[in-house]
Amino acid sequence: MNSDKKEKKKEAVKKVIASMTVGKDVSALFPDVVNCMQTDNLELKKLVYLYLMNYAKSQPDMAIMAVNTFVKDCEDPNPLIRALAVRTMGCIRVDKITEYLCEPLRKCLKDEDPYVRKTAAVCVAKLHDINAQLVEDQGFLDTLKDLISDSNPMVVANAVAALSEIAESHPSSNLLDLNPQSINKLLTALNECTEWGQIFILDCLANYMPKDDREAQSICERVTPRLSHANSAVVLSAVKVLMKFMEMLSKDLDYYGTLLKKLAPPLVTLLSAEPELQYVALRNINLIVQKRPEILKHEMKVFFVKYNDPIYVKLEKLDIMIRLASQANIAQVLAELKEYATEVDVDFVRKAVRAIGRCAIKVEQSAERCVSTLLDLIQTKVNYVVQEAIVVIKDIFRKYPNKYESVIATLCENLDSLDEPEARAAMIWIVGEYAERIDNADELLESFLEGFHDESTQVQLQLLTAIVKLFLKKPTETQELVQQVLSLATQDSDNPDLRDRGYIYWRLLSTDPVAAKEVVLAEKPLISEETDLIEPTLLDELICYIGTLASVYHKPPSAFVEGSRGVVHKSLPPRSDSQPCCECALTPNPSHSLHPPPPPLLPPPVPLPVVPPVTPPLSPQMGGGSGSFAAAPSTTAPTNMGAPLGSGLGDLFDLTGGVGTLSGSYVAPKTVWLPAMKAKGLEISGTFSRQVGSISMDLVLTNKALQVMSDFAIQFNRNSFGLAPAAPLQVHAPLAPNQSVEISLPLNTVGSVMKMEPLNNLQVAVKNNIDVFYFSTLYPLHILFVEDGKMERQTFLATWKDIPNENETQFQIKDCSLNADAVSSKLQGSNIFTIAKRNVEGQDMLYQSLKLTNGIWVLAELRIQPSNPSFTVHPIPENKWRRVRR
Amino acid sequence: MIHSLFLINASGDIFLEKHWKSVVSRSVCDYFFEAQERASEAENVPPVIPTPHHYLLSVYRHKIFFVAVIQSEVPPLFVIEFLHRVVDTFQDYFGVCSEVIIKDNVVVVYEVLEEMLDNGFPLATESNILKELIKPPTILRTVVNTITGSTNVGDQLPTGQLSVVPWRRTGVKYTNNEAYFDVVEEIDAIIDKSGSTITAEIQGVIDACVKLTGMPDLTLSFMNPRLLDDVSFHPCVRFKRWESERILSFIPPDGNFRLLSYHVSAQNLVAIPVYVKHNISFRDSSSLGRFEITVGPKQTMGKTVEGVMVTSQMPKSVLNMTLTPSQGTHAFDPVTKLLSWDVGKINPQKLPSLKGSVSLQAGTSKPDENPTINLQFKIQQLAISGLKVNRLDMYGEKYKPFKGIKYMTKAGKFQVRT
Repeated sequence: MNSDKKEKKKEAVKKVIASMTVGKDVSALFPDVVNCMQTDNLELKKLVYLYLMNYAKSQPDMAIMAVNTFVKDCEDPNPLIRALAVRTMGCIRVDKITEYLCEPLRKCLKDEDPYVRKTAAVCVAKLHDINAQLVEDQGFLDTLKDLISDSNPMVVANAVAALSEIAESHPSSNLLDLNPQSINKLLTALNECTEWGQIFILDCLANYMPKDDREAQSICERVTPRLSHANSAVVLSAVKVLMKFMEMLSKDLDYYGTLLKKLAPPLVTLLSAEPELQYVALRNINLIVQKRPEILKHEMKVFFVKYNDPIYVKLEKLDIMIRLASQANIAQVLAELKEYATEVDVDFVRKAVRAIGRCAIKVEQSAERCVSTLLDLIQTKVNYVVQEAIVVIKDIFRKYPNKYESVIATLCENLDSLDEPEARAAMIWIVGEYAERIDNADELLESFLEGFHDESTQVQLQLLTAIVKLFLKKPTETQELVQQVLSLATQDSDNPDLRDRGYIYWRLLSTDPVAAKEVVLAEKPLISEETDLIEPTLLDELICYIGTLASVYHKPPSAFVEGSRGVVHKSLPPRSDSQPCCECALTPNPSHSLHPPPPPLLPPPVPLPVVPPVTPPLSPQMGGGSGSFAAAPSTTAPTNMGAPLGSGLGDLFDLTGGVGTLSGSYVAPKTVWLPAMKAKGLEISGTFSRQVGSISMDLVLTNKALQVMSDFAIQFNRNSFGLAPAAPLQVHAPLAPNQSVEISLPLNTVGSVMKMEPLNNLQVAVKNNIDVFYFSTLYPLHILFVEDGKMERQTFLATWKDIPNENETQFQIKDCSLNADAVSSKLQGSNIFTIAKRNVEGQDMLYQSLKLTNGIWVLAELRIQPSNPSFTVHPIPENKWRRVRR
Repeated sequence: MIHSLFLINASGDIFLEKHWKSVVSRSVCDYFFEAQERASEAENVPPVIPTPHHYLLSVYRHKIFFVAVIQSEVPPLFVIEFLHRVVDTFQDYFGVCSEVIIKDNVVVVYEVLEEMLDNGFPLATESNILKELIKPPTILRTVVNTITGSTNVGDQLPTGQLSVVPWRRTGVKYTNNEAYFDVVEEIDAIIDKSGSTITAEIQGVIDACVKLTGMPDLTLSFMNPRLLDDVSFHPCVRFKRWESERILSFIPPDGNFRLLSYHVSAQNLVAIPVYVKHNISFRDSSSLGRFEITVGPKQTMGKTVEGVMVTSQMPKSVLNMTLTPSQGTHAFDPVTKLLSWDVGKINPQKLPSLKGSVSLQAGTSKPDENPTINLQFKIQQLAISGLKVNRLDMYGEKYKPFKGIKYMTKAGKFQVRT
């Protein structure tokens, strides 16, 4: 390597690189390789650069030696070398080097040659990854934003890509703040940049919210040609933009229909690509057919499975086939499914058999044909086919009671071959349900009873119920059997569920057999048509994530994206035909946004004036500086806290209501947080309260579904004040239909903190045996007022004087007829303490202080005019915490 | 964006790794190996695998897994498309894409990968631009390089990169100016037991080989452009012109490229050029079965069907097959249970057939599943959809180019159920 001959040097470096690529450690040669860098031979230079990128991290001191060459190369007359140098420098992840990088990078961002500019744009993203602060301090982000209006489309695309990547680690920043002008620039660049650039631009466009349907349509028109692109990622990103903006177009519009028609062919074409691409496409199509089934309703055939498709493609195709199944095509679908049920792959066969059952439930006209197909399959005696068939036949019985019972005999023949719990449980259910028509039902059930303890819980529970049903139907012959099973369940079992159910039956049977009959043989609710549909609000959110990993997993990114960065929830734009005005574009229609609309926090008994933005306390991290006062850490955007704080205070003044509980703080009446229709029958209403230092969330869970709910659990998303459940959600018994339960869930404020918008927004996930549901609610701020919020008089005075004007705000509370003392004691109930009281020109002045759980103080002045019963409040936020720390 | 790339062979060895950002330990591939073990066949390894800190996206081609590692939310299709592009580039550079050839050319591979992505962002993926940056190895060039000491790396800024036509370099010169277009159609079809079509669709492409001097501007028109309602174009095609006039107007890239791909969907009537008559039966009692298939032409517009190849995966319980073909050669692999019959040309006067008996494992009941027959064939000078090019014109240059258009129909995934 130290040879004078260029050729020898190159060969040596090549050998080193070759070893490096296969994973050998050649870092010991670092100084020698770096020595070869100062050369005018481009290939040698490139090879050395390759090496440097790999090993600079482990040899930072040595890497410094290379800096001068880089800086020099950035001034080279050849743009290729300038670009190469700036590109390589960015890849060297050594802090010391990054400092030297700034100047050359700044020059390159303004280079005359677009090739250099576009390389430099990416370099900003690299640098941001290494040292975000540096990038911000050096103003590179602004330069990058300027590049969005560059004349060269490639530069625009790379700037967008770099900004998108940076924005991902800064969800709250408005790096990609789009306006109609920049949108126009992007759309122009879209036509001319490379396929990869088009993906970045389209993904960026998808985040834009057009101001009205006209703008949405014009963007759609300019995006549509991308559907004919050869790159499937471009196509799918274009589909995302169209699916999202379509939401804003009126359905009566001709263009809407045209667009729908245009979407089908590209989606079908994606299915003729390589299997890996097909898989991702199918996962997305699954979402699209749920959102807009009309797009692909005529394309059933392209989802037919080919026998040499990879299994992951087969399973996805099957799923979509069921979604598209309708009366028109059911015959074809069934014939296909029957064909699949004789294939080799066990997983696929099982799913195909299940699919037949799902078709029966979905398309009523086909039920009979489905049942006979299933019977044919049972005749094949292939064990796993029989078991799957029995499981789905049970569902068919549930959906169409008293219609297909003639097949029971055939099912019973296969009783002995069932070895999977689910199939056994299904069979036992059938026997119990139709015990009166099966002559030897008691014998059949008794045969299961022999190995009772070896069965899985699912089977045991089913067996218990089935025998009780049998007993109620044929009490004379089966008394012994029921005794046996009850004692097995209650005495010999360790499983609490089983024991509980056993005892309940026992009590019921022994005290009131008539009631028992009513309970056990009650009419069953119909099972839902499709059990695996994605919940509509989640679906709407996922539509916004078409083409991303979220769409592959069918989960919102917040559920799986690595790292603690807050993920901004996306929502579809509202439909414009409901209210064709501009404003509606800004306020998402509830049915299309992820969260149900925040319920009116607390019905304000005191009508409040429209409050000016009340500025909440300064965040601890922020200096006393600018005019933004967000209370949560690490934010820059000013928060509008007016509404929550205002109404919170209003409620504290709940004077007309005259509840008069001076000891505890104000508790708002419960409101519905999660309506039953959004949560498969679970309704949640609740409120927040604070009692002697502890915060609690008082919930009422109501089961409005037709099935029993159990296994409740609750979780909060990170929020501004770190609210978190202090104990698990305890619902002791399963919640029967039409039953409700009241729970008081203790909360603490030690959870992780993330600034929310609005500040007091709380996102909650509640799980039960059916699904997971999400809702968000606003909590009144006063639950966070701590008991030791009484400030020293002296400190108060001193602090009051220091409060900068911009931290001050005021608003009025009208129609409040209390005197100063009453107000004072009332507020004290909510931990707002009176520090001093004055009377100036006939007005009572109260000086109040309160402290939030995160240590932030708020000072206030109340002015009470006796003649005109109205209050002027000056909530004066003050960052006391910072001061105390100092 | 794309963090790293690992190339893994069928036996599970990582033989190349490339990192575009910080180095990701190769232990991340353990998750991939787990998935590989769980999958019955290499083709069934799921393309997206989550791990605690990364996502692994893979494609399987030429018996090599190309596994990309990503860390943040990146469109998976973007990654998968890119991986396929990497494979295509290797194929373009080295003729074939195999473990051996990649290992032999490891430095070029490394250089190419470095040019394709920068910090995970695609940089140059058009193969003719890449070739300007890094010249593909040829025997002649290797010899010349060793004598003169020159290198594989071009020292010019890739001229196309920033012009209005980034896909074409300037200053192209040929002595013979030629433009060839191949219209290739593949039929994907599923035919049921009774011989009726369940689904059939056509995937068509027009591949071009254009060697023209200067900046030619071509237009290509069709007799029946109506057929093309679902098309994907090379970026060079002017979309507006197509929308309004149904004419392909473009400045072509230099060399080989895919001008467009199209799809004739299952809703249109697709002609099926061959049929298979089959009689496969296993009897319950005896351990012998009968096997007989005949292949014949159907709607071929008078053209000959050639390159016919029949493959079928027999059930596991089949021990062996004793068959006699009327033409061609056949083989049965008793381990994989794969029957293949290389038929060759179909003579409509004397239809090829394969007859004989199947011996089954003694004592087992008759197989539940019937074998599916997979068919391959080729028909020259025919585009089965009926697509026909009307004329090709050149503007912008003065010389007269030599033009040629070829048609071909092939079987894609063509399956006959029995």
